[in-house]
Amino acid sequence: MKDFWKRFRYNRGAVIGLVILALVIVTAIAAPFLFPQSPWKMVQRPFLPPFTDDALWLGTDALGRDVLSGLAHGAYVSLLVGLVSTIVALAIGVPVGALAGYFVGRTDDILMRFTEFFQTIPSFALAIVLLAIFQPSLTYVIIAIAIVSWPPVARLVRGEVLSLRTREFVEAATLQGLGNTQIILRHVLPNALPSIIVLASLMVAQAILLESSLSFLGLGDPNIMSWGYMIGAARTVIRTAWWLSFLPGMAILLTVLALNLIGEGLNDALNPRLTRKSE
Amino acid sequence: MLRPFKIIAAIAALALAGPLAAQDGEPQAGGTLNVVIQPEPPGLMLGIVQNGPTQMVAGDIYESLLRYDFDLKPEGQLAESWEISEDGKTYTFKLRDGVTFHDGEPFTSEDVKFTMDVFLRETNPRTRTYMDRVESIDTPDDLTVVFNLKEPFGPFIGIFEQGTAPMIPKHIYEGTDFVNNPANNTPIGTGPFKFDEWVKGSYIHLVKNEDYYMEGKPYVDEVYYHVIPDAASRAVAYETGKVDVLPGGSVENFDVPRIRELENTCITDQGWEYFGPLSWIWINMNNKPLDDVKVRQAMMHALDRNFAKDALWNGLGKVATGPLSSSTRFYAGDTPDIGYDPEKAKALLEDSSYNGETIRLLGLPYGETWQRWAEAVKQNLTEIGMTVELVPSDVAGWNQKVADRDFDLAFTYLYQYGDPALGVSRTYMSTNAEPGSPWNNVSNYQNPETDKMFDEAALMANPDDRVAAYKKIQDQIVSDVPNLWLLELGFPTIYRCNIKNPVNSALGVNDGFRDVWIDKN
Repeated sequence: MKDFWKRFRYNRGAVIGLVILALVIVTAIAAPFLFPQSPWKMVQRPFLPPFTDDALWLGTDALGRDVLSGLAHGAYVSLLVGLVSTIVALAIGVPVGALAGYFVGRTDDILMRFTEFFQTIPSFALAIVLLAIFQPSLTYVIIAIAIVSWPPVARLVRGEVLSLRTREFVEAATLQGLGNTQIILRHVLPNALPSIIVLASLMVAQAILLESSLSFLGLGDPNIMSWGYMIGAARTVIRTAWWLSFLPGMAILLTVLALNLIGEGLNDALNPRLTRKSE
Repeated sequence: MLRPFKIIAAIAALALAGPLAAQDGEPQAGGTLNVVIQPEPPGLMLGIVQNGPTQMVAGDIYESLLRYDFDLKPEGQLAESWEISEDGKTYTFKLRDGVTFHDGEPFTSEDVKFTMDVFLRETNPRTRTYMDRVESIDTPDDLTVVFNLKEPFGPFIGIFEQGTAPMIPKHIYEGTDFVNNPANNTPIGTGPFKFDEWVKGSYIHLVKNEDYYMEGKPYVDEVYYHVIPDAASRAVAYETGKVDVLPGGSVENFDVPRIRELENTCITDQGWEYFGPLSWIWINMNNKPLDDVKVRQAMMHALDRNFAKDALWNGLGKVATGPLSSSTRFYAGDTPDIGYDPEKAKALLEDSSYNGETIRLLGLPYGETWQRWAEAVKQNLTEIGMTVELVPSDVAGWNQKVADRDFDLAFTYLYQYGDPALGVSRTYMSTNAEPGSPWNNVSNYQNPETDKMFDEAALMANPDDRVAAYKKIQDQIVSDVPNLWLLELGFPTIYRCNIKNPVNSALGVNDGFRDVWIDKN
């Protein structure tokens, strides 16, 4: 663990990313206390520019709603969507990949053709179609994002498992008489974990972007204040009130950047032999 | 018989032309008019297609017997004069002499009879309901048409605009399959402009009707209607000078203040009096607790409609006072107060049968303004203690949900056609409440008393009696709150100031650019 932290710390970008993400997480958790009023509440005149009102640092939007409050509440939504949809995607992708990689042959064929079926459809288009079929509520947004993001997980895990299953420690486990389930769960997957963790951190970033894009297009949950919604709503007034799209845009950019930096740091820390900066 | 009418018409024409001429100088002939059309119309045969953009373009090609000034008073168009009998059952129109269709054939009373009795009965459901009140149409000579009504119907004089009653050439359409007639692609009317070319996705080109029956009119040589699918691009097209007229709704509301500040730019709210577009929220009274009048009154008082007007519509339009738009005939302004009063709303809600149920609010999928509006209404209702959930939808989904009554609250706006019997009673009559249509009595408002009053008021021949009857109706409906009335919508027409007279009747730019001229100085 000490080694892990040392190697992670060695990547300065990753540390910055961690700090930014920590800030976002604190904001998300503190939002209901810092801004107890609903972010939908119309508090001042519309289109108040930032830093003109002491109580409303970042000004107001087209309906006179507090932009800062929206950003804070939006942080919670973005993180929630990112985390939950990634967990769901892992829950689909890891078993599919592990089974395909471990059993090879026909199982592999069936599972991989199924995965490719999803991979050949552009993920964003598929997400839009899924949301057009379901009602766009937060639950369905998460499900749609999970459905379009699990195939890369399955492919990665399959690759890892394919190479791990021929290693000696797996053969040893087989000779010991362990069942397939035991071998996959206790010997193969734990060794594939570092790659999965790195991928997962990037998937959270991807999911946040996807959710923002969907909300931007008006396919998000209309009852929830999210960053993508804020940009989408402000898009048409960009010539008169640029800050309304700029500020949530920066929030998305920083959060996604932070997650990517962390992903890189995790990669350095967990796969020391693969990194470019290995000692 | 003809002479006195001619004199009156001449005096009227002088009275109208006088102040305008004084303001704008002598009309100049020539020039090209570039106008935005949004969206691209599905067709231009006004007798068959009635979409808004069709009415705007085809309003230059087709004409009706009358047109209506800003106070909805009828003026002669193809009719030179008209007379309504004492008992309100006989309408006699004298047609203008020497009017020809664009193909050179003369326009006669036979065309009027064919249009009203045969063509529009088949193709226009709204006209059909009006014509069902007509017993027979007589054509004693080429220039006289007599409508014999079964019983008096006061609003009848209000149906002769070109959207409801465009005059269609009998010699082209008689005996053909109207809807599939190839002539629909090259519309022929009597109007000031002739159809020339339509490049789909790009523009529609109309040229001056050289043989138009009004001396010297139209003034401009040609009209281009440009199809530009994106609101921001339409604004840019105006800024760069590609187009000179932006009809109502061409650009986003929040862009209007910016554009109106541009040099040589004029703006007018006029030209929507006939349609009187009124927005409201349907309340589905089939669902509990919305059948409780106290809940409905509470919601009405919870809405800050002045805020919506200022923030979302940039101050355009008016806050509605009830079921009638203030430009519609027989509007009564002194109905019970339905203004913003959150304290009263809270008290009413407290007293009502509302117990925290989630109310589903269906927004209108017509763009940003309407989406923000739904959010504002949700917030207003939340603040008096209701739980509201926004339901997203597209246009098809909205039509479906409203037709199936699958909502609690739903945004809409409808035209009033100048008269409560034409455009208002349809929303409140219990006989018009069958599910399946998103345009009838969607709220399922059932009040035998107002039903009876509506029926009676439509048949009153004397306008004074109608004033009193409609006042009673409005008072009753406002205290029942079957809908949450929002705003009389303002759709301003923006144009360059050297384009003179683009809006000169209650139908606005739809009424043709007959009187438009371009000041080249």
